[in-house]
Amino acid sequence: MSILVVAEHNNQQLSPATLSALSAATQIGEVIDILVVGCDCQIVAEQAAVIPAVNKVIVADNAAYAHFIAENTAPLITTVADGYSHILATATTTAKNTMPRVAALLDVQAISDISAVVSEDTFKRPIYAGNLIATVQSSDAVKVITVRGTAFDAVASEGGSAPIEAVEQVHDLGISSFVDEQLAQSDRPELTAASIVISGGRGMASGDNFDLLYKIADKLGAAVGASRAAVDADFVPNDMQVGQTGKIVAPDLYIAVGISGAIQHLAGMKDSKVIVAINKDEEAPIFSVADYGLAADLFTALPELESKLS
Amino acid sequence: MKALVAIKRVVDYNVKVRANSDNSDVELANVKMSMNPFCEIAVEEAVRLKEKGVVSEIVTVSIGTQQSQEQLRTSLALGADRSILVQADQPLEPLAVAKCLKAVCDDEKPDLILMGKQAIDGDNNQTGQMLASLLGCAQGTFASDVAVEDGKVAVTREIDGGLQTLSLSLPAVVTTDLRLNEPRYASLPNIMKSKSKPLATVNAAELGIDISPRTKQLGVEPPAQRQAGIMVSDVTQLVDKLKNEAKVIS
Repeated sequence: MSILVVAEHNNQQLSPATLSALSAATQIGEVIDILVVGCDCQIVAEQAAVIPAVNKVIVADNAAYAHFIAENTAPLITTVADGYSHILATATTTAKNTMPRVAALLDVQAISDISAVVSEDTFKRPIYAGNLIATVQSSDAVKVITVRGTAFDAVASEGGSAPIEAVEQVHDLGISSFVDEQLAQSDRPELTAASIVISGGRGMASGDNFDLLYKIADKLGAAVGASRAAVDADFVPNDMQVGQTGKIVAPDLYIAVGISGAIQHLAGMKDSKVIVAINKDEEAPIFSVADYGLAADLFTALPELESKLS
Repeated sequence: MKALVAIKRVVDYNVKVRANSDNSDVELANVKMSMNPFCEIAVEEAVRLKEKGVVSEIVTVSIGTQQSQEQLRTSLALGADRSILVQADQPLEPLAVAKCLKAVCDDEKPDLILMGKQAIDGDNNQTGQMLASLLGCAQGTFASDVAVEDGKVAVTREIDGGLQTLSLSLPAVVTTDLRLNEPRYASLPNIMKSKSKPLATVNAAELGIDISPRTKQLGVEPPAQRQAGIMVSDVTQLVDKLKNEAKVIS
């Protein structure tokens, strides 16, 4: 049994999310190779090669893969994956876009967003926005799996020295082309990697009021998130959304401000180690999952919190 | 051009689901069912494209039990022209659904296929990508903007770091994210009109494709419950607890 993990990266830096998929892979089997698909991504292959859990790094470096267009990367992954029993990737938007396409090419039923490995063919995964956990057994010869990053502790990222092997195959279907991208620029840590996250909900009342959160985030070195209600109300962009339809986070400290605690949101943050809720409604469901609750008006509590953190 | 919209009948998003008595599956008896919210967004987008004159015909398709006709009728009331039910009495996995949809697409030859990015029951987020793969066509997943021009569709996608825009050759599969649009409600006259719009039924077993299950659900269980903590009286006490008890800030 050998496992292929598809790396998450931006052609410069291997994403820490990859370490979660590797962690799940170590629970399935021992021989774990990693595939780096991208363009001018040699440096990423070198970062992958020093991960102790990695047996071999396979690099596919071509302009056709620059923007991780699934139409091009899926056939490549499928070809490279020949002979492997499992293909894993952490459930980022790139993997969610790509892995089902891989599974269909292989004629197998993919298993999305696993939160636990029961055995080599049986996995647990959240369904119904995390209201239930299903145990699923696959009978397919090859298991195509995406991994919930927060459910697996990252493997060590340094100390190994795996060989790097290049594949020259190029798949360019020519049916999709990259136009542009607008990536959020922020000096704050990335939401899914931050050890502290502070999120605002509908109670923030406007996008401008998120400044109250940014000031606290900068003092704590925290990332700033938002509930779906805040995104739907156009306070902040969707890439800040924490929840079942947004990002899944599990930081050491999660501070929910003006968030009522819809199940949709809880599904994205309830695995955080310590949860703080600040909400003026004492009956808000968020308090039922919070370690520390403060029933207070956020417009007075936040400036006070900021000053006390100095 | 012709748009095909795939829709799914799911447990209504307001229902708090629970496991059945033997923990083998979700309790579905006497539970309110609705169109998957992401599918509503897909229908709405197709209707808007038709109102702009870009799309000339909207065909909605559902793969499911006979009761899925209700959701297809809703789509007709919202502005679809006709519907196809691919009847399957057992729940199908995303791969099997994608295969059924491919069979319908081979027949209907749509230029644009719209569907939700995921269904809120299984949360798989697979069917659109699988359909595009089976059709060998382009895919624009998690769309927050769709613009058709010059035989191509520009899709702006919600990705982890922000937004990405791709230009896709047609036919293409586009899966909808939350912010693409705000779906309308069906008006009473349109609901009445929908009853006379065509709704064809084919049996999934008669499509001649392999829709056998590849996975087995061994059981469902509620997630680990978090214990509620304590209420603090003010910000000073909160900061003290975080520093000295939880030790998560310094």
